[in-house]
Amino acid sequence: MIQVENLTKTFGQFTAVKGISFQVQQGEIFAFLGPNGAGKTTTIKMLTTLLRPTQGTILLDGFNPLIHQKEARRRFGIVFQDPSLDNEQTAYENMELHGVLYHVPGKIRTQRIEELMKTFELWEKRDDYVKTFSGGMRRRLEIARGFLHTPKILFLDEPTLGLDPQSRNQLWAHVKRINQAENTTVFLTTHYMDEADRVADRIAIIDHGTIVAQGTSAELKSQTESDSLEGAFLALTGTSLREDGADSKDQMRQFARMWRR
Amino acid sequence: MGVIYILWLREIKRYVRSRVQIVVSLGQPALYLLALGFGFGPVFAKAGGGSYLQFMAPGVIGMTVLFSSVFSGIAMLFDRQFGFLKETFVAPVSRLQIMLGRTLGGATVAIIQGCLILVICLIAGFRPAHWTAIPVAFLFVIMIAIVFAAMGTALGSVIQDMQGFQLVMNFLVLPIFFLSGALYPLSNLPPVLTWITHGDPLAYGVDGLRGVLIGTWQFSFPVDMLLLGILAAAFLSTGAYLFSRMEL
Repeated sequence: MIQVENLTKTFGQFTAVKGISFQVQQGEIFAFLGPNGAGKTTTIKMLTTLLRPTQGTILLDGFNPLIHQKEARRRFGIVFQDPSLDNEQTAYENMELHGVLYHVPGKIRTQRIEELMKTFELWEKRDDYVKTFSGGMRRRLEIARGFLHTPKILFLDEPTLGLDPQSRNQLWAHVKRINQAENTTVFLTTHYMDEADRVADRIAIIDHGTIVAQGTSAELKSQTESDSLEGAFLALTGTSLREDGADSKDQMRQFARMWRR
Repeated sequence: MGVIYILWLREIKRYVRSRVQIVVSLGQPALYLLALGFGFGPVFAKAGGGSYLQFMAPGVIGMTVLFSSVFSGIAMLFDRQFGFLKETFVAPVSRLQIMLGRTLGGATVAIIQGCLILVICLIAGFRPAHWTAIPVAFLFVIMIAIVFAAMGTALGSVIQDMQGFQLVMNFLVLPIFFLSGALYPLSNLPPVLTWITHGDPLAYGVDGLRGVLIGTWQFSFPVDMLLLGILAAAFLSTGAYLFSRMEL
């Protein structure tokens, strides 16, 4: 479903992603793990047509997103690290707008919005503004929205960041249910190793722009002789802290929060 | 439902729902109108210019449309990194459709704002030369809105942060307003200033509005319309180009 070969991205002097290759099968839940700044988000951005790769090829369901951009885009849904909902519209309006953007025909749209909002336990809140939603509800709405156009692949970039264990649990339960019901391929990144261990069929670990290991959770554990995925992760990526300074993006994030109250 | 329509509708909904913002954004032009209009009135009359309120009302309408439309484009800055813009960028629709939906939405909001301030002008005592002038003035309001909404989109596509935003507001938008002849006649200015003001896009918009509403022209109807049309086309294509090159 996802085929990546020798994918590279350089920003000036800095190489964020250095020739990575991997494959994800249809219906698989694939976790892409790595410390901050390892190249996770850059990779997702390239996979989802937001960034042009410097080198290498990507195939999504057989389509190269650089050449068949629209076909490729129709085939995936994405939940970004930063919320991408329109706070000034209601939950239902957000879903509807997404449906129109993805050319989901009217009748199917109405039906599927209801179905998904019920699955994600948001139907009662459909006419509330998104700005009144809690973090967990927003995340659920974004994921429901990502599934709306029946994508073959769903990208989830740190979807559970800042959520309490209850919300995280519930969120993964929903994702798993739809992954099984619709055979959707799921590509996720997270910092919670227990989640990846529980949810993912296969895991790749990226550090300094290269994939340092991939396989099932059990394989990674035995490879590093650790008894937990976290142990394996630390064994592979080291224990030193990564630079995650307050850059202009963080300042903007704060400003945006203030701006939107 | 089309993609352009739903993105246009989003801008309108956002506007209509933020009632506080409507009041706030009308407050500034209203203040200009009342404080300057009545404050400078006696001086202007003494200098033989007639009623200053009559003179500056079209300028204040132009200013309202300018600020409102440019701001809608630059506000994309916030949608950009953290918001909704990404959602539209990964959708299977062309950037041109997204750009047009947003820009036309911003322009429509600016047109509504312009009409509201016209009503305030009328309440404050402004009287057009003839009531039939109002529909023609509306044409100029539309042109100004499109020109500057497109300019806003172009700017919003290149600005990355708050500093850039302030830079544009202080060194581009405010000069465009002050040098447009909204507040003073453009005739008999020092040569350098004349030269600069003739390069100001808003000058033609304000002149059109003033000419139509009170019959005082600096340029002429065809010149104003033609130049605004050319500028709209130029800014729309620049905006579309820059918007299509945007990376998140």
